[in-house]
Amino acid sequence: MKPARFDYHRPASLEEAITLLTRYGGEAKLLAGGQSLMPLMNFRLARPTALIDLNGIASLAYIREDDGHLRFGAMTRQRTIEFSPLVRRRLPLLAEATALVGHLPIRTRGTIGGSIAHADPSAEYPALLTALDGTVVARGPRGERTLRASELFESYLTTTLGPDEMLVEVRLPTMPDGAGFAFEEFSRRHGDFAIVGIAAMLVVQEERCTAARLVTAGVGPVPTRLRQAEEILEHEGYSAAAIEAAARRAGELVEPDTDIHASAAYRRNLTRVLTGRALRRAVARMIGR
Amino acid sequence: MTDLTAIRLTVNGQVREGRCETRKLLVDFLREDLGLTGTHVGCEHGLCGACTVLVNGEAARSCLMLAVQANDAELLTIEGLSQDGKLHPLQEAFHEHHGLQCGFCTPGMLLTALDLLQTIPRPSAAEIRQGLSAVLCRCTGYQGIVKAVEAAAVRLRSSP
Repeated sequence: MKPARFDYHRPASLEEAITLLTRYGGEAKLLAGGQSLMPLMNFRLARPTALIDLNGIASLAYIREDDGHLRFGAMTRQRTIEFSPLVRRRLPLLAEATALVGHLPIRTRGTIGGSIAHADPSAEYPALLTALDGTVVARGPRGERTLRASELFESYLTTTLGPDEMLVEVRLPTMPDGAGFAFEEFSRRHGDFAIVGIAAMLVVQEERCTAARLVTAGVGPVPTRLRQAEEILEHEGYSAAAIEAAARRAGELVEPDTDIHASAAYRRNLTRVLTGRALRRAVARMIGR
Repeated sequence: MTDLTAIRLTVNGQVREGRCETRKLLVDFLREDLGLTGTHVGCEHGLCGACTVLVNGEAARSCLMLAVQANDAELLTIEGLSQDGKLHPLQEAFHEHHGLQCGFCTPGMLLTALDLLQTIPRPSAAEIRQGLSAVLCRCTGYQGIVKAVEAAAVRLRSSP
């Protein structure tokens, strides 16, 4: 199959892109890496009137360290993030999860902004934005606003971005030195979307777990933070028993759907199993330092 | 009549030009407009990897790019892998280790492997398998392909 006809625009600046977006009033799609949009267009599941290709806007691709954050231009390629020494040093959880996004040839083109704006709840980056408590910057004709993950993701493939708004930057707080972390996911084939994914991070000070993060991918319409499971770790520490209790609680907390890939019960069980694996690996990393 | 857009790019070291609709996929432009039919069209949604080519030195699915997006780009397709009639070390290794059967996935497999070895010159067995999972092969069961890439990695490291 081939895409249906569309008007093609390749703006050279962000301002020009937003002017075009406003002009088409929701009938245009932004083309970032194209690794999700192009398949939809090839199968004519998406038939936008116009495509606004962002690949000509060089100023949208960057990684900058700034006041306890890494800031990523929306068009920063996943491949660039995967091999960035700065990301490996400051956000090792992001580096680990990026290697699980599709395959290397997909990451060549795929972008951080595109993946987050696409809001597939099975994808790694929406879960990462949630787990790292990051924000995105959206720009429209009326200016900029900053949104947290919980304010951005609405449902499957749906965000609160307006039809004339564009995600321009992703800001992720850098991880505390020595934090334990792991991203675990299960899929039938390497590179497939996860049936369930778990992002885990543990911050320990003087043997006490001061902060735990557990976030799911693939078990509901949006990535979900498993606060009650995190609290078990914050209260009881990171012993094998506490990890087991947190994993069990994680399995109870999720409300997964049944679909063609897996039943709700299977996803619930995977959530428990993967939470345990992620936490054990996070602790092993922390102790190994 | 639909407007056609002029495209100018470098393919396998040669400057090539063409005119096509903006909705034309890069893989179709390569095959239909430039006559380079070595790049295969498989699933057309980025899953099978048969259409993988190198764009500015990095592997990408040519079914998920518009031809107009390759304007000014430098491409390497399977037709450019051998030099002066001599097979590339990867191609030789695929030949020696029986890394193909029907050959449909082979162009994408070779360019994916080339990108992998240029990115990770000393890949572990797991990294090779993970890298090759980007391309679907339904004939070989991958064993021969993995052996070929392992052998080519050694050969490419020792060649200047």
